[in-house]
Amino acid sequence: MTKNLHLWVIPVLPLIGAAINGLLGRRFKNTMVSAIALLFTAASFAWAVWAVWSVWPGSGVALPYIEMLGPWISAGTFSAPFGFQLDQLSMIMVLVVTGVGFLIHIYSVGYMAHEGGYYRFFSYLNLFMFFMLTLVLANNYLLMFVGWEGVGLASYLLIGFFFLKDSAADAGKKAFIVNRIGDFAFLIGMFLLIQHLGTLTFAGDTGVFAQISKYSTDTGWGWITITALCLMFGATGKSAQVPLYVWLPDAMEGPTPVSALIHAATMVTAGIYMIARSHAIFNLAPHALEIVAIIGCITAIFAATMGLTQTDIKRVLAYSTVSQLGYMFLACGVAAYSAGIFHLMTHSFFKALLFLGAGSVIHAVGGEQDMRRMGGLRKLIPVTFWVVTIATIAIAGIPPFAGFFSKDEILGAVFHSPYGGPVIWGIGVLTAGLTSFYMFRLWFMTFFGELKLGSVDLGEEAHAANAPAQAAHGSASHSHGHADDHSHGHGGVHESPWVMLAPLVILAVLSFVGGWVGVPQFMRGHNEIEHFLAPVMQSGPSVAGEAVSDKDATTSHAGEATPENTGEEWLLAGTSVAAALIGLFFAYLFYYKSPELPERITSKMHGIYMMVLHKYYVDEGYGAIFVKPLLALSTVVLWRGVDQGVIDGLVNGAGTASRGVGNELRQMQSGNIRSYAAWVAIGGAAIVAYMIWLGVTR
Amino acid sequence: MVPLSWYLILSGILFSLGVLGFLLKRNIITIFMSIELMLNAVNLTFVAFANYWNTHVAPGQQIIPLSGQIFVFFVMVVAAAEAAVGLAIIIAVFRTRETLNVDRVNLLKL
Repeated sequence: MTKNLHLWVIPVLPLIGAAINGLLGRRFKNTMVSAIALLFTAASFAWAVWAVWSVWPGSGVALPYIEMLGPWISAGTFSAPFGFQLDQLSMIMVLVVTGVGFLIHIYSVGYMAHEGGYYRFFSYLNLFMFFMLTLVLANNYLLMFVGWEGVGLASYLLIGFFFLKDSAADAGKKAFIVNRIGDFAFLIGMFLLIQHLGTLTFAGDTGVFAQISKYSTDTGWGWITITALCLMFGATGKSAQVPLYVWLPDAMEGPTPVSALIHAATMVTAGIYMIARSHAIFNLAPHALEIVAIIGCITAIFAATMGLTQTDIKRVLAYSTVSQLGYMFLACGVAAYSAGIFHLMTHSFFKALLFLGAGSVIHAVGGEQDMRRMGGLRKLIPVTFWVVTIATIAIAGIPPFAGFFSKDEILGAVFHSPYGGPVIWGIGVLTAGLTSFYMFRLWFMTFFGELKLGSVDLGEEAHAANAPAQAAHGSASHSHGHADDHSHGHGGVHESPWVMLAPLVILAVLSFVGGWVGVPQFMRGHNEIEHFLAPVMQSGPSVAGEAVSDKDATTSHAGEATPENTGEEWLLAGTSVAAALIGLFFAYLFYYKSPELPERITSKMHGIYMMVLHKYYVDEGYGAIFVKPLLALSTVVLWRGVDQGVIDGLVNGAGTASRGVGNELRQMQSGNIRSYAAWVAIGGAAIVAYMIWLGVTR
Repeated sequence: MVPLSWYLILSGILFSLGVLGFLLKRNIITIFMSIELMLNAVNLTFVAFANYWNTHVAPGQQIIPLSGQIFVFFVMVVAAAEAAVGLAIIIAVFRTRETLNVDRVNLLKL
């Protein structure tokens, strides 16, 4: 049974919306612009739902469903087609992207209502949807890379949306450049695949995965491991992992819906998706998996600690995003790709909700982003309070909310995996505790206590730590140049309009129930998502010699717990819940019960506190190690030396030389006929002498 | 019979005298006469070689009789035409500048 689903319609619809709004939107009214943007996004979502429904397992359509639109690049034996692919993995991604994307579009209608460049915003947002859908639907790495770069472009445009503000423009550039570093590695990875396999297509008999499965496990550092590492490095750029995570916190300069859509729910998960998609490669490269796990683990704990001290509500969420992406990386690193994708899905629900909730809070308090000036908002904006509460519980990992199931899935897999083990598991649990702590810190600081709007004098520290954010507040309040400036005479704290609250409520429901598709078996669930994804992720890692034990590991982290380790599973889950509750307790203690306690502790551990507050000086370190030397090298060697010295020197030298020669030759044209005659005579004599010489030497 | 080399040496001397006169003299008329001298030096070589090859025909060699002499006539015709044009130019120069000194006539400089 062959159906034509016209998958290409899904990405192309938002592209049409982007084109209409981008080209003509300047003349449209705001309602018209939002109607166009919403219409095309909704149509895309509907088409995606229909397409997924049509190929749902059991419908008789063989998966992956592949749609070839035609050739794109063919050179020699290599060819990359325009082709789209729908399988269980891209189904989840497509639904998340179009669904969450649509909700955020609705939210933006309310949130951006008073901003300048309204049509520009929706045009970019639709453009982002187009590229993101291309990314997740592509059937080869090259087309995926097109989407990959495209979302980077959209991200750049949207971070720098308030481009009159220097910090926003700089943050956009930073995101773009840091991503380029990762993309470079991704490209190298693709080149290696072309060199060794001659193709970049995913599925099919000649596809990458079918071919690579014929290779044996690369236990050393062969090309498979190098390829996997290159792909992984590409993913660290897009998914904001150590060492390339630095762009994501700065990306909060963009409007809040952008932070929610691009820098929390969808784009940053592209790296996770790419690794999950490439699992066949990673499974053959145990070293690469090990490194992925370690990077994920480091990122998770590192970003979580940085989240502890931030006072800008969006930056807390940014570090939290980095930390949660670390979890997903960790899941991929222990070859529990389904768990990673599961967490990706739940995370996109609750993190989008948190960002949109934060946007609603910022909207309510008139553009303030510093949590120390907030407080007591629980009564004033009750709907926002409740949805943020749900999201906070979900991210903290307290059952039965969504975050618990996915996080527990990952931690369980880590514990059993040969690439993980108890140490990494311990760090993961610690991170869960920290996550719970800083999220409830945000929650208590924002919604409890007293409203301190404009009455708190934030010392020097705040300026040092949140320089961009603070600078924003000092800058002009022109509607075009000020992020999240909602101080437009509403007077007092007020709840957001329903166009913003409705998506929040829907996301809150999803954050609540979203985890139930992955209830592990030891809790008498069926872990549907694991089984759903199983056909894509068919093979666990098969390390030579360890194949049997690995198989055990895969099956046990797949949730198919045997009776004897059910207890252990319960223990693991209990530990992570306990960590979350401990985090909650400390947050309660510090920021509700006795608010003077954090002051005392920070003054005692001043050194460490300052280090964490300044984000371990990573930005400064990168500046000193990479940026400054690079700038110096560019200035002194490449600019002054090569460009001004060699290139300009060659061009100017040619000019000067010909002018000098001409100046000398000019002297010969004296106007004196007899000197001309002399030159002719000398020339004639020279020719005669030459001919005589020819005659003599012959 | 006078050997060929004598003719050539004489021709060389005449040509050199022409060149030197051309270079060293300042009067246009003298320079003009030096040019004629050089032309006639060349004419002398032409007829000398023509005569030589006519009397020293190698076995089996094809020669065109009187070719050298014909060339000399061409040169003479050109020289006569040149004398006519050249003298006209000299008269025109003298009328405008009232001198025949070539060093004063240096308008060829840009």
